[in-house]
Amino acid sequence: MRNRLLSAPYLVWVVLFTVVPLGVVFYFAFTDSITGRFTLANMAGMATYLPIIMRSIWLSLISAMICLVIGYPVAYCIAQASPTRQKFYLMLVMLPMCMSFLLRTLAWVSLLEDTGIINNFLRALGLTPLPLIRTNGAVVLGMVYNYIPYMILPLSTVIMKIDPRLIEAAQDLGCNNAMVFRRVVLPLSVPGIVSGVTMVFVPAVSTFYISQKLGSTGTTLIGDVIESQFKAAYNPNLGAAMSLVLMVLIFLCVGAMNRFSGTDGEEVMAP
Amino acid sequence: MSKELIRLSDLTMTFEDGETILNGINLYINDQEFLTLLGPSGCGKTTTLRIIGGFLTPTSGDVFFDGKRINDVPPYQRRINTVFQRYALFPHLDVYDNIAFGLRLSKLPEKEVDDRVTEMLETISLRGFENRHVTSLSGGQQQRVAIARALVNRPEVLLLDEPLGALDMRLRKDMQVELKRIQQAMGITFVYVTHDQEEALTMSDTVVVMDKGRIQQIGTPQDIYNEPKNAFVADFIGESNILDGIMRDDLLVEFFGRKFECVDKGFGKNEPVDVVIRPEDVDIVPPDQGHLCGTVTSITFKGVHFDIIVDFKGFKWLIQTTDYQPVGAKIGIRLNPEDIHVMRKSGYSGQFGDYSSYSAEYDEIAEGGEDEE
Repeated sequence: MRNRLLSAPYLVWVVLFTVVPLGVVFYFAFTDSITGRFTLANMAGMATYLPIIMRSIWLSLISAMICLVIGYPVAYCIAQASPTRQKFYLMLVMLPMCMSFLLRTLAWVSLLEDTGIINNFLRALGLTPLPLIRTNGAVVLGMVYNYIPYMILPLSTVIMKIDPRLIEAAQDLGCNNAMVFRRVVLPLSVPGIVSGVTMVFVPAVSTFYISQKLGSTGTTLIGDVIESQFKAAYNPNLGAAMSLVLMVLIFLCVGAMNRFSGTDGEEVMAP
Repeated sequence: MSKELIRLSDLTMTFEDGETILNGINLYINDQEFLTLLGPSGCGKTTTLRIIGGFLTPTSGDVFFDGKRINDVPPYQRRINTVFQRYALFPHLDVYDNIAFGLRLSKLPEKEVDDRVTEMLETISLRGFENRHVTSLSGGQQQRVAIARALVNRPEVLLLDEPLGALDMRLRKDMQVELKRIQQAMGITFVYVTHDQEEALTMSDTVVVMDKGRIQQIGTPQDIYNEPKNAFVADFIGESNILDGIMRDDLLVEFFGRKFECVDKGFGKNEPVDVVIRPEDVDIVPPDQGHLCGTVTSITFKGVHFDIIVDFKGFKWLIQTTDYQPVGAKIGIRLNPEDIHVMRKSGYSGQFGDYSSYSAEYDEIAEGGEDEE
């Protein structure tokens, strides 16, 4: 009973600012913008945007995988370091998060654009400039750059918690270093991997700013479409429907990952 | 006994912070022997075990296995398995897969893996627990899985690092008997680390008493108890009253200004010595018939016997007796020659064996404070 009282402020917050708005989204998604009557037209209108939804999921998954491949060795090294160094490395990982998300993305624009730093440099060397910006690659780069700390942090936490005696036990039973990793360290880091992939994938799939700045009309993501429905096309009902579908898709993806790792959602969200 | 299997030659171990953990360890371990490294926390016993297992490389000195130097052989290439302190079972695997871990690494056919794991589960009476998650097992069950996981590989040597430390008293006693039985049945060399002297005496063929990175004494349990080499061993193994004495002649020692017959010889004439008297060896007699006369200053009921503290001219002895003696009573004691054990003076002389500050809780505090090194 007392515990419930302690969580009351947050409960009120969640009801006011999450549950109620969700209800509003539901209402908008299933009503007509002019008459306000129940309709499935918004859902039907989604079909046009299916390729964009698929692209969002695809690019976000690629980003999450790249984050995993780059982030795992980093997380492993952090976990092996001495406690003072651990603090320092974790600070380095989190440092970019202290700067504005918008600023970081704009910085990439000035690096990658056709008359940007990289291409100017290439030109100075007498080389042909590269089409860096307005590509899928640039969007993925932006996602990886912005979200990689969310991969490294849960991973290193989970790897740090692996009992060093388990590694000794594996060596004792006949594992060389590679086998220790494959048979003990990797299976025991699965909760961290699932957590990291989720924490990169979820914000990446609904992002809109990165693709606007680093992408082109050919790389529009579902987040951009939703934004434009509210801001440019003035069709909040279609926007709401898309948000709803996106939410369901995210739930499905997260659920599939949890199923795959055999852990429950609680562990994944709070490693 | 049988042939020598492991030899530690002049081992020293100094950690990065400059602390010397081992200082000149020389030890050989015979095939099929049950050898126990016994000592207080920080004495270097776990470090010695970890060097044998290959988890640490000694700063200097050599480790030989079957005549071959194995200092640089990694743990996974040694025919040695370890039962770790607090088990270190793999939490992502069930009981069966934990036990099968080593066998599968050695690429045995799955049929043989299954036979051996099943046989092992039988040995540790955990049939039916194959698919249980290791975290759902009790401490005693986890402990048996840890032993099975090591033994199923049929190692030549099994290292056990305080394997019974986390179990309650009763389970501990059962497991002591069980371990000894397994060791004899399988004919494997056991190197066992503990701080519990009773455990060491009950199970071992050979006990190695260690303190401050040095071996204090090596011997059979009886040797260690009856013929301690110095005041540390006498005090660490069981209870001891340790007095200053002078060896007047072979078989004659003087303490408290009185000459006693004893069974020790080979000391210099008038050499100062430490005299050990075990509390259970003292016979209580009426004051006028005793060799020595003292006053009871405290009495504690221990179940089987009473611990009484008796003041002899300011030096307090611990005596164990089955007869109640009221505080303040004057009693006499008699000592037979075989009750008196004489030791050479050592760096430990004068540090142990005086019960002037004895309190009944003392033992429990000393044992309760023990933890991982």
